[in-house]
Amino acid sequence: MRLTCPLCGPRDRREFYYYGSEDYLNRPGPDAGIDAWDDHLHLRDNPAGVTRDLWYHETGCAQWLRVTRNTVSHEILATELVAERKKGPAA
Amino acid sequence: MRYSGLKVITEGLFGNKGWKPAWRDPAPKAEYDAVIIGGGGHGLSTAYYLAKNHGLRNIAVLEKGYLGSGNIGRNTTIVRANYFLPGNSEFYSHSLKLWEGLEAELNYNVMHSQRGLINLFHSDGQRDAFARRGNMMINQGDDAVLLDREGVRELLPYLDFDNTRFPIYGGLLHPRGGSARHDAVAWGYARGADRLGVDLIQNCEVTGIDIENGVVKGVQTTRGAIRAKKVGMVAAGRSGLVAAMAGMRLPVESHILQAFVTEGLKPVIDHVISFGMGHFYISQSDKGGLVFGGDLDFYASYAARGNLPMVEHVMEAGMTLMPMIGRAKVLRSWGGIMDMTPDGSPIIDKTNIEGLYLDCGWNYGGFKAVPASGWCMAHLMATDTPHEVAKRFRLDRFRTGQILDEEGTGSQHNLH
Repeated sequence: MRLTCPLCGPRDRREFYYYGSEDYLNRPGPDAGIDAWDDHLHLRDNPAGVTRDLWYHETGCAQWLRVTRNTVSHEILATELVAERKKGPAA
Repeated sequence: MRYSGLKVITEGLFGNKGWKPAWRDPAPKAEYDAVIIGGGGHGLSTAYYLAKNHGLRNIAVLEKGYLGSGNIGRNTTIVRANYFLPGNSEFYSHSLKLWEGLEAELNYNVMHSQRGLINLFHSDGQRDAFARRGNMMINQGDDAVLLDREGVRELLPYLDFDNTRFPIYGGLLHPRGGSARHDAVAWGYARGADRLGVDLIQNCEVTGIDIENGVVKGVQTTRGAIRAKKVGMVAAGRSGLVAAMAGMRLPVESHILQAFVTEGLKPVIDHVISFGMGHFYISQSDKGGLVFGGDLDFYASYAARGNLPMVEHVMEAGMTLMPMIGRAKVLRSWGGIMDMTPDGSPIIDKTNIEGLYLDCGWNYGGFKAVPASGWCMAHLMATDTPHEVAKRFRLDRFRTGQILDEEGTGSQHNLH
């Protein structure tokens, strides 16, 4: 499996560290309550099909990527920089 | 039909024409007292113990493919009770005791072989940790022997003891650990459950779970609607998809774990060997194939096949530990879908929906748990109270902080 890093181009899967679901991007406020935090940290949609998750380009540009991919076919559909996403308008 | 040595001989004399199918192939009835979603090891053992221990007879197991077509039919077949944490320790101890009586219980040869499991260590710190683990195992009533380097050499002379990065300091021997024939376990439980009147319904995929006012009423399937007073979700790697039909999100992320088998060789590895630092473990099947595996592919996947980096890693780890296997040819590999929880421990619990029960989160260690998982899930479904040895496998333990992090790596899906 290869991931296309927006900065480095197509790179081998071994250069990346998988972190988990994009749920981690939507961090609740400190006072959001225990259910919101449980949801954020532990509960997952875990879809068979298209999913979005976070990968760290550990041995490349050290950027965090949001990857859209298919969990059944391992097809990579889109990659984007988390940093760019945070700068731009909410999508 | 009861199996026996005499039966094998007489059938052999008369052309093996008297054998009958080991279980029926019934059509689903309109209503059951209890329905189990998932015809793998855990689902079949749950049905068996519901019938055997709790006297329920009107039970169905619904399987979307054929019985034992998932992880129970392809895994590295290690049976052990070498857990450390209270909560895990008593559960796996109970499971090992069930394993030891399983063949007599089921009248089925599951080829359970207590050939001894050896966990290797490579530093003074690891030795201390294994000494402590061994003491916990003994306190639980199971067995453990701390071997020094020469003790390991006596049992496993073919290992590379002087590897530069991982010199072998010793190992923790668990004499009652071993292996079993994986699909025979599924078949044994299937036959046992069928003989107690359980309907095993194959090619029957559950497409919906009917819930009214917070109470489960039954399931929708590809073979029609089935009403049920109680429904158990025992779907392993696909638990998240099944639970979603009941509107639930689980603390589970599905990952791929790969395993490999070589061509048949003469007996060469007499034990189960675990090389934790290389994420590598190996044993030899009775047919002669070396059965070995490694770590997860480490990203969420339902592909049921692995990727090459982990294949390479596992082969490297194997060569690091025992260079003698370098000439063996790998016959086939397998990638199973593992239901990973944040802390690496399972869930056997009620849900917020009355009559709906959950057994999942077996991570990559579900095989050895098959007997006790079914035993405890059956107890929960029949009595509505958790079994004594499974009472810490709660669904809400991440929310409450009562986690069971056996590896001590943290409560996050990608860390186990």
